[in-house]
Amino acid sequence: MKRRDFIRHTAPAGIVFPALINGFTFKAFAESPLVSALTQAPTETDHVLVIVQLNGGNDGLNMVIPIDQYDNLSNARSNIIIPRNKILKLNGTSFTGLHPSMTGLQTMFNDEKLKIVQSVGYPQPNFSHFRATDIWLSASDSNQIINSGWAGRYLNEEYTNFPTGYPSSVMPDPLAIQIGSFVSPAMQGPGVNMGMAISDPVNFYNLINGIQGTAPNTRGGKELTYIRQIAQQTQQYASVIKGAAAKVTKQFSGYPTGNSLADQLKIVARLIAGGLKTRIYMVSLGGFDTHAQQVNSNATETGTHAILMQKVSEGIKAFMDDLEFLNSSKRVIGMTFSEFGRRIKSNSSGGTDHGAAAPLFVFGHYAQNDVSGTSPIINLTTGTADNIPMQYDFRSIYAAILQQWFCVPETTLENVMLKNFQNIPVIKKSAPCMSSSPDLIIANAGKNIISNYPNPFQTSTTISYESSGGHTLIQVFNTEGRLIKTLVDAVINSGNHKITFENEGYLPGVYYARLQNNTIQQIRTMLLVN
Amino acid sequence: MDRRSFIIANTHTKSPEFRTNAGLSPYSPPIGNAELIHLLRRVLFGVKPADISKVKGKSLNDVLDMLFIADPTPDPPVNNYNTTSYTDPVVPLGQSWVTAPNDGNATGYRNSSFKSWWTGLMLNQNTSIHEKMVLFWHNHFATETVDINDARYSYKHNVLLRTFALGNFKSMVKEITLDPGMLRYLNGYLNNKTSPDENYARELQELFTLGKGPKSNYTESDVKQAAKVLTGYTVNATTITSAFDSTKHDTGNKQFSSFYNNIVITGKTGAAGATELDELINMIFQQPETALYICRRLYRFFVYYEIDEATETNLIAPLAALFRSNNYEIKPVLKALFSSEHFYDPVNRACMIKGPLDYCIGLCREFNVVFPLSTDTVNLYYMHEYIRTQASNMQQNLGDPPNVAGWAAYYQEPQFHKLWINADTLPRRSQFSDTMIGNGYTRNGKNITIDILSFVDSLSNPADPNILITDSLSIIYAIDISKEVQDFLKSILLSGQSTDSYWTAAWVTYKANVNNTANKTIVLTRLKSMFKYLMNLSEYQLS
Repeated sequence: MKRRDFIRHTAPAGIVFPALINGFTFKAFAESPLVSALTQAPTETDHVLVIVQLNGGNDGLNMVIPIDQYDNLSNARSNIIIPRNKILKLNGTSFTGLHPSMTGLQTMFNDEKLKIVQSVGYPQPNFSHFRATDIWLSASDSNQIINSGWAGRYLNEEYTNFPTGYPSSVMPDPLAIQIGSFVSPAMQGPGVNMGMAISDPVNFYNLINGIQGTAPNTRGGKELTYIRQIAQQTQQYASVIKGAAAKVTKQFSGYPTGNSLADQLKIVARLIAGGLKTRIYMVSLGGFDTHAQQVNSNATETGTHAILMQKVSEGIKAFMDDLEFLNSSKRVIGMTFSEFGRRIKSNSSGGTDHGAAAPLFVFGHYAQNDVSGTSPIINLTTGTADNIPMQYDFRSIYAAILQQWFCVPETTLENVMLKNFQNIPVIKKSAPCMSSSPDLIIANAGKNIISNYPNPFQTSTTISYESSGGHTLIQVFNTEGRLIKTLVDAVINSGNHKITFENEGYLPGVYYARLQNNTIQQIRTMLLVN
Repeated sequence: MDRRSFIIANTHTKSPEFRTNAGLSPYSPPIGNAELIHLLRRVLFGVKPADISKVKGKSLNDVLDMLFIADPTPDPPVNNYNTTSYTDPVVPLGQSWVTAPNDGNATGYRNSSFKSWWTGLMLNQNTSIHEKMVLFWHNHFATETVDINDARYSYKHNVLLRTFALGNFKSMVKEITLDPGMLRYLNGYLNNKTSPDENYARELQELFTLGKGPKSNYTESDVKQAAKVLTGYTVNATTITSAFDSTKHDTGNKQFSSFYNNIVITGKTGAAGATELDELINMIFQQPETALYICRRLYRFFVYYEIDEATETNLIAPLAALFRSNNYEIKPVLKALFSSEHFYDPVNRACMIKGPLDYCIGLCREFNVVFPLSTDTVNLYYMHEYIRTQASNMQQNLGDPPNVAGWAAYYQEPQFHKLWINADTLPRRSQFSDTMIGNGYTRNGKNITIDILSFVDSLSNPADPNILITDSLSIIYAIDISKEVQDFLKSILLSGQSTDSYWTAAWVTYKANVNNTANKTIVLTRLKSMFKYLMNLSEYQLS
């Protein structure tokens, strides 16, 4: 076989060629005036998103406690349930309370700076830490492998051709910053990673920048090009980061000690207040994989999980206080997430196994101050495999933040999210760039817009629902959170509609019908009997 | 030119700008120095001049025989930590703690002692693949000392990895399942018939044997069924041993999915319940995915992270077949890999980004950094701890990978090894090499540093700056560098002069009287500058 044939036959599909990560290859394009003219300028915004990742799968049911489901929940997890009288109350709701360690977040909620979104997940939940994390970071479907991250795709839309030509006068700063070790896969763009990792903004070490040869066209050359690029970035961004850090000489004094999340957020506050135009920061806290002994058995409001809850709450509260102190709080929205929640029923090791949907927080001056969704429904008897059904797709939160906070236009949004997701109100209407209206959801509070008859049912049941028009989705989930059937997924007229759900040999038990229509979603519990 | 003659023509020129689909067929041209150093770089932590002289002129078979000699079982770690602030109530300074009772307060000290001990084994490795395989298995069967929280378990687990490092993988999986440290780490000891804990059952399949490849289609139910098989194992915290308690074992039948051909593992009562584990392991090892998954992991650890279709077909598949036909013995698989055309294909050289441990330990070995005497345990362990901490700051904390999946660089698509290098870790690497080529690290009156004069003195002709540079590059760089860069390096030695003889004269003068400080300083400062630069270049990150 001839050498040329080798190249042709073995150039594998789907490989990232060095061209994509090698500035030299793109140079010719970047210099062309035509291409420059086509290159869009990024959206004007000084908004910042801070993502707080809770590694290990957080027990959402002991964090945001469904007070209205307390008795059944207590049955399911008697050895770890938080005593009813210790649950922290929230203004305006008697249904939802917080873990007793979360006084900081309680204050923020009552000060109208915190939003709770109930039961966030995705259809066909995955119970593996690594896979579930990949799903959350890439914003893929459960059965879909996407090798880029959602934040990376967003930044790729905003800052075309990165890293060629960056830093630039328009964007002199890192696009995204991970505090800590590896740059998160969330920041992986379609071609290159859009983020950088730092742990200490002051002691940036100067890499030398001397003479270097051309990288050969081999695997080794490809790796070499990558390392060189990082080396250059390190140097290019070192000065702006040091500069931003140097501008902030005094920070809020109330940061807790021994709290690595607070330490990381303190660096973030400093960089934000120092004037970096960086849009996305990621921080993380580990230890949430509480299979055993998550509480102290003699006082369930204390123990491992309680300490974690305290770290999250105190860290975020101090961060927001610091931003207030530094006059930067209006620029910042934060969100928490974990790769999954935990099982409703506790195990006898005093812990909880991997679960499905869970609540998350959105925080900040402009966070819409409410609880989205109802308390997860806990049945009188809960099986070990039962999970919280999803009410909101996690990608709706991403999409909402991109649209309402980063002012991403609808057309671009689909490029980033890869699909059209429900838009739910996450950011206050008073925030700049706010486009959607939360009025509808408030008008519909307490109203049953989806119901079924007969219930319980044997062979079939008719689901009646009201749509305000536009895209309407009705899905049926089982108690493990698995998607059983999609009944409606179409653009329909406003008004009342009916659809039949047939028993296609399903096991008897509880099923959830989920209606999603624009900003509204509602869950109906249906009981299938023999 | 046909393919074979093309490879031969390129073997010694090292300027490959093509890629072949070379597979598992044996590499047939005579093995040259470049090929041997490539092999050593991948199976050792850095290559010292002494390693090279051991293999020089030998046949590939002889070299492989030598590389696969298992290291003798090392002496256990010892108490290096008794000080005024903490004294182990039961273990005197210099004595081993591995079987001594643990008073709880000792754990942190013993974990550090354990890690220092392990670091020392890497630094002092023989010219054998053994120690690198221990790291491979540590990443594969990842456990965390902080989670296990009793160093005796971690030590015992480590001995298990050493024992099976070059042995039989199937037997290893069984022993790992019964290992007290693993039972503790993944809650296996809490897994019983009334409250199954699925943790180990899941990772056994997802991470330890089958992986999550596209054809690994075990189900959630298989995880639950496997968890039932694994009920009843307990840990004795005094003897650090595990045992099977049939009263905690789920005696029901375990029905597996169609992925496992609907196998039912019949529930057994009494001591016989423990035999269900063998059935479970047999069932898992019947799946072709197990061998494929392990071979992919080995490939990513020793060759390159990208596995394209040609590699999967021509290399991974036959390697996995070999693994199965040898009843899951490790050695034949690795030997076949390291004898293959594919491994020596120029395209697969110099393409591994060094992991932090490879980087830190390799640097010390390449330059033969001298550590305190083995009798001076306290200072020796301090120095090992320093090296270990550097690797940890670069995101590879020996003994404490981030989680049960091991380090992300070995599995995370699409970046893999690139994850080791970012704007935080790359400067740390340079900081470390700068320290070591500079004043070194000093603690308690002892110092470790690169003795660059002694390194250069061991080269073939250090008086000739051109030869000095090419000799050095062949040891510390896997990738070729251009004449332009080599000239730049020489300009550092020559302080910008253009005549080679300036260096020659300076070196000869130094050698005439090595105790003359002024003459020594002349060559030393120039060598330090050049080697600092060499280690700061991106090329130094590749193996």
